[in-house]
Amino acid sequence: MREVAIVAYAQSPQVRQEKVLNEVEILMPVIEEALAEAAMTMDDIDFVCSGSCDYIAGGAFSFVSAVDALGATPSKMESHVEMDAAWALYESWLKIQTGEISSALIYGFGKSSVGELPDVMSQQCDPYYLAPLWPDSISLAGIQASALLATGRYTERDFADVVVESRRKAKTNPNAQLSGDVSADHLIEAPYIASPLRRHDCCPITDGASVLIITDKSALPKAKTKPVYIRGIDHRMEAHQLGIRTLSESKSSTLALANAKDQAGIEQFDLAELYAPFSPQTLILKDALALNDKVDINPSGGPLAGHIMMSAGLDRFGMSFRALQSSTVKTALAHATSGPCLQHNMIAILEAG
Amino acid sequence: MTEPRENLLEADFELGFTYTRSPGVIIGKFLAALQQQQIYGIRANDGTVLFPPTEYDPRTAESLHDFVPLTDLGRLLYWTWIDQPRDHHQISQPFAFAMIQLDGADVPFLHRMFADSAEHLSVGMAVKVQWAEQRRGAITDIHGFVTAEGEQS
Repeated sequence: MREVAIVAYAQSPQVRQEKVLNEVEILMPVIEEALAEAAMTMDDIDFVCSGSCDYIAGGAFSFVSAVDALGATPSKMESHVEMDAAWALYESWLKIQTGEISSALIYGFGKSSVGELPDVMSQQCDPYYLAPLWPDSISLAGIQASALLATGRYTERDFADVVVESRRKAKTNPNAQLSGDVSADHLIEAPYIASPLRRHDCCPITDGASVLIITDKSALPKAKTKPVYIRGIDHRMEAHQLGIRTLSESKSSTLALANAKDQAGIEQFDLAELYAPFSPQTLILKDALALNDKVDINPSGGPLAGHIMMSAGLDRFGMSFRALQSSTVKTALAHATSGPCLQHNMIAILEAG
Repeated sequence: MTEPRENLLEADFELGFTYTRSPGVIIGKFLAALQQQQIYGIRANDGTVLFPPTEYDPRTAESLHDFVPLTDLGRLLYWTWIDQPRDHHQISQPFAFAMIQLDGADVPFLHRMFADSAEHLSVGMAVKVQWAEQRRGAITDIHGFVTAEGEQS
């Protein structure tokens, strides 16, 4: 296997509504910032891959316009996934493994504020049995939360504690949309929006974009940032129909972690960035990944502090990279998810170089 | 920098699938039967009954063919109560999205559950299908479920 490292990451502020800039305009300075961090130019990039969703923008092939943010020259080999940009990273990682490229710039973006994201997400469901009922993303997460409560492993108070931790840790993340000191006693008084979920249990609607650059070890840039190596990476998918799965567990995460550990030869992590857009999912993932209390979970605040739809998974890689840059800890677990109720999960094991 | 409203370009946008499709031999047969108020599950090779029917066992990828007639009765497993339905729900009263297991099926499925309030719902309660008045061969031919507590099942 070729050794692949994350060498730069940049993210726009995660705002509730970007009223002036369009997607391309949000993206342009973020690309510049990432290239500057790596001391690279577009000439040094072999491949560009993005993740976004045309249903969010409301127009077919709307992702093509985002290519404008890269500049017209030099022309680049380019690809796109209609998935979270974490999967654009996976495609890029694979392409490096094939030996076809040595470097890739990956980006994800979304302006969820322009539509009704929970309704948009219902249309990723199967068109015969689920989509005609318009089960919005919050309701589906509510069903999963109620399945988790039914196991007796956790209570609504535990959901609130996840939110308290997220907001507290997000105080050190300048791009966070939601941060501060809140008490679980106070949170638990709020009304349900889709029982047993309250508003604070749900990730905030967010506009923004993120960019991440990876290179083969032989093509590391000369920048002073230390590279963070992807030592293991795997993704697994479960059945789409909710009744076929055990919603209170995440078997695909457990399997992906086992495979990533086999590749990496690393068993323990100092920190984990989990893409859990709803607070109970943090608890489901914590159990599925057997993360103990020594693991710092979502030091950035995680998706409950800011959630750029289609880039929030890539942000888990980026935030892990940041955390490993700025501290003495060595290893991180980055997780990304796709599909309703944690249907599809990616796990990567990262190590500071 | 506010622009007069009449100078803004506007276009209607309808969110949804902008194409039609054939549901295929298994789902098609199931939906056609549903229009006649008949409910079928499908038997997997391990003997379990899946509902709603799929062409392939999502757990093993085996091809499935063996339809099993089911009744309109089931049990409520878990749910999310929605006090303020969204426009797209096409339901004007508070309701629940629920996982319901039909009698004779081995897995639950998602549909709507109607009740006066969340307090009227309980785990394992007996429920029955409320049929849509106009049926067109779709999962929404089942309008939702209502309590069947106190009725013979």
